[in-house]
Amino acid sequence: MEAASVPAADVRPRAKKKKLKTGEQQKTPWWMWICVVAIVVFCLFPFYWLINTSLKTGPDLSTSALFPPNPTLDNFQSIFKDSNFTNALKNSAIVALATTALALIVGSFCAYALARLRIRFKFAILAIVLTITTFPQITIAAPIFKLWRDIGLYNTIPGLVIPYLTFALPLAIYILTSFFREIPRDLEEAALVDGATNFQAFYKVVVPLAAPGLATAGILTFIAAWNEFLLAITLTSSPAARTVPAAIAFFTGSTQFEQPLGTISAASVTISIPLIVMVLLFQKRIVAGLTAGAVKG
Amino acid sequence: MADIKLEKVTKRYPDGTEAVKQVDLEIGDGEFMILVGPSGCGKSTALRMIAGLEEISDGDLLIGGERVNDLAPRDRDIAMVFQNYALYPHMTVRENMGFALKLAKEDEGVIRERVDEAARILDLEPHLERKPANLSGGQRQRVAMGRAIVRSPKVFLMDEPLSNLDAKLRVQMRTEVSRIQQRVGTTTVYVTHDQVEAMTLGDRVAVMRGGVIQQVDSPKNLYEKPQNLFVAGFIGSPSMNFLPAKLEDGRIKLPFGDAPLPDAMRSVLEGGNGKSRDVIAGVRPEHFEDADVEPDKEGLKFTAPVSVVESMGSELYAYFDIEHGAVQSSELNELAEDAGLSDLPTHGGGDVQQVVARLDAASGARPGGEANLVLDTQYLQLFDPSGGKSLVNHEG
Repeated sequence: MEAASVPAADVRPRAKKKKLKTGEQQKTPWWMWICVVAIVVFCLFPFYWLINTSLKTGPDLSTSALFPPNPTLDNFQSIFKDSNFTNALKNSAIVALATTALALIVGSFCAYALARLRIRFKFAILAIVLTITTFPQITIAAPIFKLWRDIGLYNTIPGLVIPYLTFALPLAIYILTSFFREIPRDLEEAALVDGATNFQAFYKVVVPLAAPGLATAGILTFIAAWNEFLLAITLTSSPAARTVPAAIAFFTGSTQFEQPLGTISAASVTISIPLIVMVLLFQKRIVAGLTAGAVKG
Repeated sequence: MADIKLEKVTKRYPDGTEAVKQVDLEIGDGEFMILVGPSGCGKSTALRMIAGLEEISDGDLLIGGERVNDLAPRDRDIAMVFQNYALYPHMTVRENMGFALKLAKEDEGVIRERVDEAARILDLEPHLERKPANLSGGQRQRVAMGRAIVRSPKVFLMDEPLSNLDAKLRVQMRTEVSRIQQRVGTTTVYVTHDQVEAMTLGDRVAVMRGGVIQQVDSPKNLYEKPQNLFVAGFIGSPSMNFLPAKLEDGRIKLPFGDAPLPDAMRSVLEGGNGKSRDVIAGVRPEHFEDADVEPDKEGLKFTAPVSVVESMGSELYAYFDIEHGAVQSSELNELAEDAGLSDLPTHGGGDVQQVVARLDAASGARPGGEANLVLDTQYLQLFDPSGGKSLVNHEG
């Protein structure tokens, strides 16, 4: 007994010392700030240059001044007059939203099953699902092109949504599984006892609590579908189903000798805006720790 | 309100282990029944089977005379309070408490009224619009209770509802639970591992061990007339002392002396087998007394070398060791393991048995000194060393 009490007495002063150390105000060193600024500039400069270019026309395009000499919104005006671009914008929105909605609905069912049910080889299933996301898309582009031509999905919106789900679904399943796993099972049991059916327990208790997960999964699949280029250019042939990244590739100058650089930049800036808005909108949901207080804190 | 009847209820897992074995239990209408036992004894599983959260492998479960084995939890008209409360974090206290009524498509006004009333009973009115994350532990616990009582269900099920509270609050909530149950008068099944809760709350207590009910009785009877070693050792704090003893010629030989068997005990034992036999004697700590404080007290007098003294203010616990006194009983070892007593300080282990005596605060017992003790033999419990059955308390 004595032997046991000696180390116990020893622990306390040690813990105290440690506390003192961490209690000291730690200042961020100046060199850290320099690194932060350097990294931010490095990451954001290309985007700044894109905006810069989008505000320039004609001969200005070849200048490398830090600020556009004659800033103008002409490029934006001209792309919005172009029905090819506005159509593509509409297609992009439909494709990205449909992909996101389907991925979330189907993905949440799958993830819930994987998180809750006793399934054999659960880990293997999850691993396979995740492996699929690592396949290079070019491997499926050609076969799907052939298949879609045969069954008539070529150059249609569903023809894009379905292949997009091959990467959107695994992503959603993977993210949601970990979120569902974190939700205490007691909450569902409480709902069952309170008179809920299994499905009610799922959508009235589990889904609202997994909202941050749904937001994360939703935003990631939306971005992926919105930005997708390879399949979009392979599987479309006309403005009917062409999405913005593919449509931009078909931009031409008004004359043969004009560079479409300004309009391409303007279009690129335009399609970036919805993504920025979405991230800012959902950021709060993603960060909010909704499960706090569910169980004894 | 309804009675609950378990008939040979068994829970068998796919790997063949049985968590609950052929349990028979009848819980009367409005009764407060406690299921108590060490962890892993199957008490929670039994409760979850009543709730419908766990499938019943074998046997019948009747609530209000109706067989409910195959009913989903929502069709059983029960309410449950979970150990960690399981409040819905995304709903306010009001929404939490009204959730069940909302699912039952109750009228909005009725829900409001019932929640308000429950909040009044539980003193939760100022917190109705808050979220669970902003409540203290005790308030959360009350919300969990409130969620159960707004529905006026047939049965309340409580799974260690107080175990997450700190000690002071637990005592307070214990009386609160008891008060609420008496007020609403709903049949209640309450699971706990805390024998103090079991003793203070229940009309009747079922002591479980290894999936089997050991004894179902009133708290008083469990304490005074335990039917086996396990119940005797589990109920009571500090727990009962067990000593090797021998019955011979109408006398009982204890490690610290012998005494004539009390008449009541002798008549019960007479029907037993033969004259001389080994038994395990059980002695509650309060049946020792300091002979110097109460010199007139009748009983077996002896002197014990006191090793440790714990003063509680109103009373005093004196520990002393008995050489060659360790009770050699496989049941008792198992009991110690089961109840988590095996890591209690029994110095050196082996052949030394520690005994605790609850003495008057005026006692002069000092650590390292000697104390004159007197044991009131009429409260002795005697157990069969093989099987652990009580020799003095019989069923029925």
